Amino acid sequence: MKPLLSVRDLTTVFSLPGGLVARPVDGVSLDLFPGETLALVGESGSGKTTLALSLLRLIPEPPGRIDPASRVELDGTDVMRLDSTALRRVRGGGMAMIFQEPGSSLNPVMTVGSQIAETVRVHARLDRGAARRRTRDLLADVGLSDPDRRLDQYPHELSGGMQQRVMIAMALAGHPRVLIADEPTTALDVTIQLQILDLLTDLKRRLGLAVLLITHDLGVAARVADRVAVMYAGRIVESGPTARLFQRPRHPYTEALLLAVPRVDRPAERLPVVPGQPPPATDWPAGCRFHPRCRHAWERCRGAEPDLLGTDQEHVARCWLMDEPGRRAP
Amino acid sequence: MKPERLVEIDRLTKRFALPGPLVGRRRTIVAVDEVTLTIARGETLGLVGESGSGKTTLGRCVLRLTEPDEGRVRFAGVEVLALRAEALRRMRRRMQIVFQEATLSLNPRLRIGAAIREPVELHGLARGPSARARVVELLAEVGLDRTLGDHYPHQLSGGQRQRVGIARALSVEPEFLVLDEPISNLDVSLGAQVLNLLADLQARHGLTYLLIAHDLAVVRHLADRVAVVYLGRVVELAPAAALYQQPLHPYTASLLAAASVPDPQAARPRIVLSGEPPSAASPPPGCAFQPRCPHPKKDQRCIAERPALREVQPGRWAACHYAENAVEILRKG
Repeated sequence: MKPLLSVRDLTTVFSLPGGLVARPVDGVSLDLFPGETLALVGESGSGKTTLALSLLRLIPEPPGRIDPASRVELDGTDVMRLDSTALRRVRGGGMAMIFQEPGSSLNPVMTVGSQIAETVRVHARLDRGAARRRTRDLLADVGLSDPDRRLDQYPHELSGGMQQRVMIAMALAGHPRVLIADEPTTALDVTIQLQILDLLTDLKRRLGLAVLLITHDLGVAARVADRVAVMYAGRIVESGPTARLFQRPRHPYTEALLLAVPRVDRPAERLPVVPGQPPPATDWPAGCRFHPRCRHAWERCRGAEPDLLGTDQEHVARCWLMDEPGRRAP
Repeated sequence: MKPERLVEIDRLTKRFALPGPLVGRRRTIVAVDEVTLTIARGETLGLVGESGSGKTTLGRCVLRLTEPDEGRVRFAGVEVLALRAEALRRMRRRMQIVFQEATLSLNPRLRIGAAIREPVELHGLARGPSARARVVELLAEVGLDRTLGDHYPHQLSGGQRQRVGIARALSVEPEFLVLDEPISNLDVSLGAQVLNLLADLQARHGLTYLLIAHDLAVVRHLADRVAVVYLGRVVELAPAAALYQQPLHPYTASLLAAASVPDPQAARPRIVLSGEPPSAASPPPGCAFQPRCPHPKKDQRCIAERPALREVQPGRWAACHYAENAVEILRKG
């Protein structure tokens, strides 16, 4: 099967005051297939949000810049080379995005109905009546109760969970094939989180969407993703099918992260921690970027950075242990 | 000998008036509704609930950072709500709070060292060189390099700032800490470090904690007992191990099922609650959880009669008419 979205060597740099240069996304490649959810997991500063914004060319330039050698292909079209008209069609039409804080992405002085209808009419020539009917259908599609009444409500009259459903409805207005969801449930209560995650999975199945789910929460990834890619210091350090990656993490960072998560289903005990702090994007460590915090690191890790390695092509890790498993510390 | 009850909260109630008409009745919400809890010296009580459950208001009322409307709070036998300004100030030295967002509680123009020294001097615990020595000691205590004392808050990471918040709270040698979502703004790897630090500090100083969190997983790692709150009321109270093993209230069961677990193969009960928590301004009749409740025994009684918090098993309290049948909630899913 051909990927719907294919990303090769995506690099985004920012020029900072004082002549510093940050490279929050540094040579990332990934494929996203129709009907699958790929979770991109990482901690703050790992580059996952910058990556998402770069895919839609939403990086402010300057101070940002996407390296011209980066390739982002959506169904064969090179997004990086599109003119502004074609790019506008891709944003929302080919790829749509939802964000963490639905409240701050919605216009507070416009009704929910007119905001979505506006987006509907950007993507299709419909008269007001038809746009309103389509908007109503979209609200029903995302599981909002009483969609007719919602049309005339303002965002502040809706709860956070309902606002996120409105954002998803708006994202679906242009019939996108790829949905990028950046921490879509992080600001919501746990019982509401579950409802939104179920909705995303349902839409993926029903509409054959490809979902790129960006999250810091390994539990969210475990619950809904088909595949998982772990980011650290601007790079993908491990990727694989969800079950295999969680069962047998190959990168020491993934392994450490999994052990550091407090869990409701384990008796209380001291949490093993990842020592130190993540490095800043202005100063990625030489060699393997995780080596200063890695308990297995040896000379080779300080000297050179490995590629994504592995005998199982689907499950790879950017770690020299894949090459020299005997070096794994007990 | 029974352990000393350090904190006794008795039918504590806090109402807030909603903005409304200038004339006539204004609507009020009951943020904390007749909550009764005790915390033994050296114990960690976890207080878990979703946004709007009143958990933060409850924590603030205990320290009188918010004035409760009714009820009592006793700290080491002293009636906290009866204390006048000066006596309250002295009492505050013994009970401190660590906020979720350390950044907001730090003065951006005050160096870290000065921020930690301030409460030490304010309470007259040390002065001059001995106060500075105390700052160095506190930085070490929370695992921060002493050179960070010369930095400003914005030069620190979120995890480091949270440690500064803890150092400030510890600086006056309190007996009791309210920890309000202490790691919810931190990344996984940093949050684990702070949780371990809190456990170490408790062991070292015999501290008593009220740990407020929306996340049952975080609470599991520190709490001896857990209180689950829904719409201002305690709906379940139990020793931690028992609660995680078999929750007695359907809301606790739903929270446990919704909690994120980083293992796709973990055997997880599946309960997806429909709808949203009701508004505290217009709570539903009977049991506040009843409109969303997944309990198979749910019936008219749940709408007609508000269940009291009762001791269902020794040491285990739940506010549910059908708490004895709790095991059926999961069997259904």
